[in-house]
Amino acid sequence: MSAISASEKVDGFTRKSVRKAQKQRKSQGSSQYRTQSAPVELSPLPQLKDAPSTEQQELFTQKLQQCCMLFDFFDSVTDLKSKEIKRATLNELVDYVSTNRGVLVESAYPEITDMICTNIFRTLPPSDNPDFDPEEDEPTLEASWPHIQLVYEFLLRFLENPDFQPSIAKRYIDQKFVLQLLELFDSEDPRERDFLKTILHRIYGKFLGLRAFIRKQINNIFLRFIYETEHFNGVAELLEILGSIINGFALPLKSEHKQFLMKVLIPLHTAKALSLFHAQLAYCVVQFLEKDPTLTEPVIRGLLKFWPKTCSQKEVMFLGEVEEILDVIEPTQFKKIQEPLFKQISKCVANPHFQVAERALYFWNNEYILSLIEENIDKILPIMFGSLYRISKEHWNPTIVALVYNVLKTLMEMNCTLFDELTSSYKADRQREKKKEQERDELWKNLEELRLNNTTLVQNNSHGLPGVHNNNNNNNNNNNNINISSNNDTQDKSVDMSIF
Amino acid sequence: MAGADGDDSLYPIAVLIDELRNEDVQLRLNSIKKLSTIALALGVERTRTELLPFLTDTIYDEDEVLLALAEQLGNFTMLVGGPEYVHCLLPPLESLATVEETVVRDKAVESLRKISQEHSPVDLEVHFEPLVKRLASGDWFTSRTSACGLFSVCYPRVSSTVKAEIRQHFRTLCSDDTPMVRRAAASKLGEFAKVLELDYVKSDIISLFTALASDEQDSVRLLAVEACVSIATLLPQEDLETLVMPTLRQAAEDKSWRVRYMVADKFSELQKAVGPEITKNDLVPAFQNLLKDCEAEVRAAAANKVKEFCENLPEDSREQIIMTHILPCVKELVSDTNQHVKSALASVIMGLSTILGKDNTIEHLLPLFLAQLKDECPEVRLNIISNLDCVNEVIGIRQLSQSLLPAIVELAEDAKWRVRLAIIEYMPLLAGQLGVEFFDEKLNTLCMAWLIDHVYAIREAATCNLMKLVEKFGAEWAQNTIVPKVLGMANDPNYLHRMTTLFCINALSEACGQDITTKQMLPVVLKMSNDQVANVRFNVAKSLQKIGPVLDSNALQAEVKPVLEKLATDTDMDVKYFAQEAISVLALA
Repeated sequence: MSAISASEKVDGFTRKSVRKAQKQRKSQGSSQYRTQSAPVELSPLPQLKDAPSTEQQELFTQKLQQCCMLFDFFDSVTDLKSKEIKRATLNELVDYVSTNRGVLVESAYPEITDMICTNIFRTLPPSDNPDFDPEEDEPTLEASWPHIQLVYEFLLRFLENPDFQPSIAKRYIDQKFVLQLLELFDSEDPRERDFLKTILHRIYGKFLGLRAFIRKQINNIFLRFIYETEHFNGVAELLEILGSIINGFALPLKSEHKQFLMKVLIPLHTAKALSLFHAQLAYCVVQFLEKDPTLTEPVIRGLLKFWPKTCSQKEVMFLGEVEEILDVIEPTQFKKIQEPLFKQISKCVANPHFQVAERALYFWNNEYILSLIEENIDKILPIMFGSLYRISKEHWNPTIVALVYNVLKTLMEMNCTLFDELTSSYKADRQREKKKEQERDELWKNLEELRLNNTTLVQNNSHGLPGVHNNNNNNNNNNNNINISSNNDTQDKSVDMSIF
Repeated sequence: MAGADGDDSLYPIAVLIDELRNEDVQLRLNSIKKLSTIALALGVERTRTELLPFLTDTIYDEDEVLLALAEQLGNFTMLVGGPEYVHCLLPPLESLATVEETVVRDKAVESLRKISQEHSPVDLEVHFEPLVKRLASGDWFTSRTSACGLFSVCYPRVSSTVKAEIRQHFRTLCSDDTPMVRRAAASKLGEFAKVLELDYVKSDIISLFTALASDEQDSVRLLAVEACVSIATLLPQEDLETLVMPTLRQAAEDKSWRVRYMVADKFSELQKAVGPEITKNDLVPAFQNLLKDCEAEVRAAAANKVKEFCENLPEDSREQIIMTHILPCVKELVSDTNQHVKSALASVIMGLSTILGKDNTIEHLLPLFLAQLKDECPEVRLNIISNLDCVNEVIGIRQLSQSLLPAIVELAEDAKWRVRLAIIEYMPLLAGQLGVEFFDEKLNTLCMAWLIDHVYAIREAATCNLMKLVEKFGAEWAQNTIVPKVLGMANDPNYLHRMTTLFCINALSEACGQDITTKQMLPVVLKMSNDQVANVRFNVAKSLQKIGPVLDSNALQAEVKPVLEKLATDTDMDVKYFAQEAISVLALA
């Protein structure tokens, strides 16, 4: 919105309150109507069922053309009669293509698609509410729904008609058609998105030639949603379609599909509005893992990378998804990710937000997860122990404390000796951590001083660079020892740093 | 210096590098932010041979760390040994320019653009340009998107063969099949056009511009509108009609409101770029259409530009165009159904009066101002009031005062305190324009009423407002109208109002001068030192500290000092504290 004026800057509340008031007054008009000239009044045509069969086709075409007339639903009093005629005609058309055989002759296809395109393809109007929160706010409904609904219904019946021939229809239901259809998924009206979902699913099923294209365009929509706009209303619906598409992927998975998982689905977890489509998203991810278990490790690492840092609700969703994944995980895959994963879980268990802690602790109610933990108890217990032990004493929420006691008990039963060792070394470990913390503080303090020295160093550099340089080298040699010893406890992957 | 404390100072460096790999993101982030320190300590050679390869390899980190890294590397030229070695920074930045996260990528591109300037022409061709090419032909869209931002920085400084290659790459990206890449290319089209030779602008850029402006995605088309401004500026006038105008006309009537919105939003720039003749023939009707657009968003954007558009019309026909073409549309907008449109208009409409002159303003604009002053939406009224100065210059504010007053009074009592706050801020301006008589008669009571508003921010603003009024109307006026009322509140049963007296005194003492402060205000302040509420008492101490400099030393020693000394022994800790502070600041100890 450009119209942000002085008082709006001053008063953050104006807009929302005024908006609310506005919304109660009207539902959304669509941009489509106003672009064309004033409608001509419609006159009713005879019923299709009353026409002799030789004239039916001609009448069908006429009715389709009649339905290309668009009306202004923004204004609820004009053209009432014509609107009613169009509504009745659409109803009749829906009925006609769903109950009759042999009505989809080749010449009807262009007329049919023309009518559909004219009615449904439109630029969606600007949102009344720029920061529309689908969980809190009422969606703005499409004003022309009384007609559009029937057109969608008609399109669906057309696609589902037993006589429907994709080989003819593909001339009209082409890439451009699909692209426009996909754009409509951004509609705020959930009824419209629901229709679109079914329709796109049918098109995906019937037009083999369009499948790759559809997937690619959905990719683009998601990528734009993630990296550019953070706004698209139809993510959940598109994911739902994808869920069933993934289900049908052939094995081994194509690299295109793996890329989609890692570069699109996983980053989708970062979206602010994750709660609106998380169920569908998690379903897609699990589908992938059921197809190809070797993807487990990258997926889990991806989730850990995007693990929410400040949003507890999202954290609960992530934990839910992890449990879904663990439900289907293979033991060999579990071994690969258990360490990073349980480091995160141990943080969640100790989360001050009790819902996060509770959700993580619920993992111990899951028989399969328990068996995986038991198998790897010597790895997992040391990771979990510190957090559990600490919060068993410190957490503010009694429910969490009770749950933690149960979990500790379960873990103890799994490996009693290890548990005892950890209990007795707990104090020493904490002290070592504290000491490390102090050292770190010390380090930053030294660094501040060093920064001051460096300003002089820079000045020196400009005069006598070689001398200073040599000194640095000498000093760095001294550092090797220190560094190598501290390297030992951080197990690092790729880079050999001993040189430092 | 390195000898004695060298060992100590370099120990942390080692740990610092170790911390670049710590498990805790925050610690990694901290050390990345101190990267220049590490580099400085390592010296240029080891920075090049050890630190940079290490960084290039660790690029799979959290986005937050990568963002910091991308930023740091843009300022690293001196730390790797100056321009001669600047190309060492390219490999890590190249990887950063391909990551998924937009902010990281953008920062990497920004840093690359920065260091491109530090490359010699030879290095640019040997090191930088191949990088751009690699990015431009990358598999994943992120690297191609990043490439779009780099063409224009290297183009001017490379040989003509390389130039031809760069143009070819840019062309390819403009028709990339990922819309993200086309958007990136479209958004850099104007910038790229600026560094191209005019012939190539005509042969290459125009066709790309036309293609992007009719892209299937409106998000691409609208970016072409932005490019249109730069392109039109580059072309000679006689080419505009054939090369640019068909596309611009089409954009102004695009079926997507987003594109039309963009045209409206860029209208002033477009107007300047195409010049007066085309403005008269093409832009005036286009602007009329935008003002009448079916989407409120577009109308609001256009309404915002009304004043600027009119101002920049060619002088010979300006008045005629405004009166016959623009004003009728403006009149309709005054009663628009959408409040954003009305308030956008209200924020600029007053500016038309200077353009149209006194008679037209009175005859045509005044009724519109008056209508907007009575608008149901407070924002619209506020925008009118906040721009009164333009009208004042042309016809004087008196013409408006009859309608102005009710509008001000209503806003002054608006239920939302932020609206009240906004109108208070315009009071000194209004007072200056309406004159002291009108003010005393109509507005003074309002100003006093704000002093006892139940929202602190309003009381505070009201206090500040009084000070500005006194600065305008003088001490004598203050003594007669404001001071008695302010001092009267010292006896109010509500301690908040009593405190307001003190706040007003703080604000007014300087403007009122020594005489009034000593004779009228000081006694009241001193008397309040016996208040039973501690907050009032410590504010007395603060007030005394504040007005102390205005008083003469006699009053300070004889009257202020004893009171502060008494307060310094108060039972309340805060009163004591502020009394002692005042004593030391005023040097009364």
